[in-house]
Amino acid sequence: MNAPNAPALGGIRATGAVVRRRLGALARAELLLLGRNRSAVLVALLVPLSLPITVRPAIAQFDLKGKGLNIGILMLTAAIGFSFLFAVYTSLVSAYVARREELVLKRLRTGELSDAEILAGTALPAVCLGLAQALVLTVGCTVLLHAGAPAAPYLTLLGLVLGLLISAALAALTAAFTRTTESAQVTALPLVFVSMLGSGIAVPADALPDRVAKAGELLPLSPAVRLVRAGWTGELSADQTLVTVLTALAWTVVAVFAVRRWFRWEPRR
Amino acid sequence: MDYEHVIEVTDLRRVYGGGFQAVRGITFSVARGEIFALLGTNGAGKTSTVELLEGLTPPDGGRVRVLGHDPHRERAAVRPRTGVMLQEGGFPSELTVGETVRMWAGCTTRARPAAEALGLVGLGGRAEVRVKQLSGGERRRLDLALALLGRPEVLFLDEPTTGLDAEGRRDTWELVRALRDAGTSVLLTTHYLEEAEDLADRLAILHEGRIAAAGTPAEVTAGRPARISFELPNGYFLGDLPPLAALGVCGHEAEGRAVRLRTREVQRTATGVLTWAERTGVELGRLEVRSASLEEAFLGIAKEAAV
Repeated sequence: MNAPNAPALGGIRATGAVVRRRLGALARAELLLLGRNRSAVLVALLVPLSLPITVRPAIAQFDLKGKGLNIGILMLTAAIGFSFLFAVYTSLVSAYVARREELVLKRLRTGELSDAEILAGTALPAVCLGLAQALVLTVGCTVLLHAGAPAAPYLTLLGLVLGLLISAALAALTAAFTRTTESAQVTALPLVFVSMLGSGIAVPADALPDRVAKAGELLPLSPAVRLVRAGWTGELSADQTLVTVLTALAWTVVAVFAVRRWFRWEPRR
Repeated sequence: MDYEHVIEVTDLRRVYGGGFQAVRGITFSVARGEIFALLGTNGAGKTSTVELLEGLTPPDGGRVRVLGHDPHRERAAVRPRTGVMLQEGGFPSELTVGETVRMWAGCTTRARPAAEALGLVGLGGRAEVRVKQLSGGERRRLDLALALLGRPEVLFLDEPTTGLDAEGRRDTWELVRALRDAGTSVLLTTHYLEEAEDLADRLAILHEGRIAAAGTPAEVTAGRPARISFELPNGYFLGDLPPLAALGVCGHEAEGRAVRLRTREVQRTATGVLTWAERTGVELGRLEVRSASLEEAFLGIAKEAAV
């Protein structure tokens, strides 16, 4: 070959430092865009912080004693669940659709980034925002609502990571079936509603009829929410933990596969 | 492996979902340091072809090699060495020009400094402006700046001057020529015939997904008739001229007083027309004699295809 720095093979892999630089560049731009979209900021920041307060009366009626629960733990679980749904999922559906419709994704694909890097870099600010919120909420609920000390913090952490990942992947998948940024407000709703009710976010799983609760465990965000709560209560046995983690991983695999299969990189013509 | 051709296309095909065949088996190659233009009307298959060369989608048939690699499957090997300007820019409208370039630079190997890239395209003073506030021409130039950011060996420009004013167009031509002279290979699409004629070392005219003519501009226009056009004064008609066949005219159009003659013997026809005008005392308005141009070739191809 002529060029001295020409790669010898087609399948050269970008090094970790290169990937970090690219993701950083993309994430920085995406963060600027998020900051300039006032309604997106409002939804992402305020909903997870304020919604738990509105569901508090409902939670308060629930018999907490005897299950190792307290209002702090339930509020914390609800808040982190809302963070998955609004700070990450809903805001990312809009972001992916907006970038696709502005042909930004197509333009990025003409460059050096891999498809996975484009999706990940775009998701990074929302995911970090979700993570930061979860930490603030954890501290807030622990201090203000006396949630107590977590029994198995690593489970909460695992739940957080899986929840953020699944929310981002589902956002990409939802974006594939969303034509415009306006319709993103609608296409994001089904998962938001179903998860609020069935995944133990707005309604604790214990408050549901047994059969409904069992079915709810299979929803995409349920395992993550369950792990977050179990980290505090220590309510899951080793077997239950394994099943929950496997369910989460299964959803991750399904979501990643579906994104690869259906994600659209440019607008329909 | 040493290769002379940075782009090699063999029997390339692209079929869209509905079964529409946008590209129907085209073959061409682009040499290192050459400007190659793909010319065609809207819908001729220019963009469909370029997107395959850029590796955005795999072809439905045939083969593409860019710098010796499959641009779709071996994306990681090709992309650091190519620069792409899509037909329509894809930039978040809420970012500033500077932010856009910095973002793109972070995703590019050995990127030029942002200021240098913007300076190249004459956007040096616009770094703080939001993309949504740029004019169409400025957006094209921003797109070009990003395509040049990685100092590419091969540059793909899909209609680079659409939306530019005359001056901007000339600036872009200058820049593309300078890049070519520095060794960059350029593949561009355009529907401006004078752009291809001025800029391209070689070109191919696409028509309905096939290459209808290819070669240097001189080769493509060779054998095409020259054109003489003028306006007759009031009271004179085409029929007042000497028999056209005797003047070597092979085709003509008359629209009111405006007359267009096509001829393969331009000197004989011009002399005949001017002698007649001189003898009759007629003043021909807006007289123009043009040797065979790409426009003739282009129109000829469309006409031949329509028959």
